[in-house]
Amino acid sequence: MSDSDPDLPQEIRSWIGQKRYEVQGEFDVERGYVFTSCASVENGNPLFWDEKVAQELTGGFVAPPTMLSVWFRPHHWAPGRTEQALPLQVHFDLKARLGLPEAVMTDNTVLFREPVRPGDRLRTWQVLRSVSPEKRTKLGLGRFWVIDVEYVNQHGESVGTESYTGFGYRRDA
Amino acid sequence: MAKGRLLAGQVKTGQALPELACEVSATTVILGALATRDWRPMHHDRDFAQKRNGVRDIFMNTPNQAAWFERYVTDWTGPSGRLGRMRFRMHDSVFPGDRMVFRGKVSGVASDESGCAFADLDVELCVADKAMTTCQVRVALPVDDQDNPWARRGAQWKP
Repeated sequence: MSDSDPDLPQEIRSWIGQKRYEVQGEFDVERGYVFTSCASVENGNPLFWDEKVAQELTGGFVAPPTMLSVWFRPHHWAPGRTEQALPLQVHFDLKARLGLPEAVMTDNTVLFREPVRPGDRLRTWQVLRSVSPEKRTKLGLGRFWVIDVEYVNQHGESVGTESYTGFGYRRDA
Repeated sequence: MAKGRLLAGQVKTGQALPELACEVSATTVILGALATRDWRPMHHDRDFAQKRNGVRDIFMNTPNQAAWFERYVTDWTGPSGRLGRMRFRMHDSVFPGDRMVFRGKVSGVASDESGCAFADLDVELCVADKAMTTCQVRVALPVDDQDNPWARRGAQWKP
C-alpha cells in the first residue's frame, strides 16, 4: 500500500517504521485523575476505590487500563509553551504534510500489559505503520493511516500498545 | 477473595452480558472529553462540530468510549477480570440526546499455554438499535478461587 503509491511524499515514506516523538509524561500517574475518569463513566470497580480489594488483587491501587493514553495528553496550557502541544503528533504531522484539514479515528486496538500504578511516570513513542492511497468516503477524499503508540513505565516494562487507524480528509465542496 | 468474581467456568460461548443503558447529555460528552484530557473543540463546542466536522452536535471521543467499554465489561466480571486487549471501530458518532445501550456476547472462552483463561467478547454501543461502535474485548478471568489474573507477569501474561 504505502510502497506502491507514487503520490505519497518521500518524507512521509521515510517516517514509516521509525520511532518518533519519544517523550516522558508531563506528570505522574495519580489517583485524582483516576477518579475523574471513573466518574465520567460511573465506574465503581473497587480496584480504583477500595484499598483492601486493590491490595488483595493488584498489590495496591492501579489505574484503569483504558486510561493509558490519558497520561500523555498534555495540559491545555503550560507556562512558557508557545504552541499547543498535541497528542498523537504523527497524526497531526500527516494531516499538515498531506494538506488534509479534517480527520477522524476509525479503529483503535489496545493491548494491555503491566498494570499502571499511581506514582508511575510513563514514556511513550509513536511509529507510523502505513498510509493508504487516496480514497473517497462519505466524509470526503483522503487517506487512511495506522499509527502505533508504545508505552513503558519507569522500569522499562511495557504497559501497553495502542494502534490507531485515522482517516484524514478534505470535505467535499 | 473479593466479592463479585466471575470465574471462567461460569462463562459459555454465546452467553449474553446484561445490557447497560445511559442517556447521553452534553455533560456526558464534555465530562468524558475532559476526563480523557481531550481538549479538541468538536467534543465541547457545538458550533465547531457543526461547521468544521459537518455533524449535528458535539460527539463522544474515542478514549472515553474505551472507558465506557471497560466499565461495561468489568461490571460483568467484577474486579478480578483483567482486560487484555480491546479493539474498537467507530461506525457513527454518539451525540447529546442519544440513549446509548451497551450489549455484549461471549464469542469464545479459552486458556493459553500458561493456564490463563480468557473470555473473548463482542460488545456494541448502540443508539436506536444501530451499532455506533463495535468492540472486541479479551478479558482474563480466574479459573478458580485461588487464581488471580492480575498476578500474572511477563511470559505468564500474553493477552
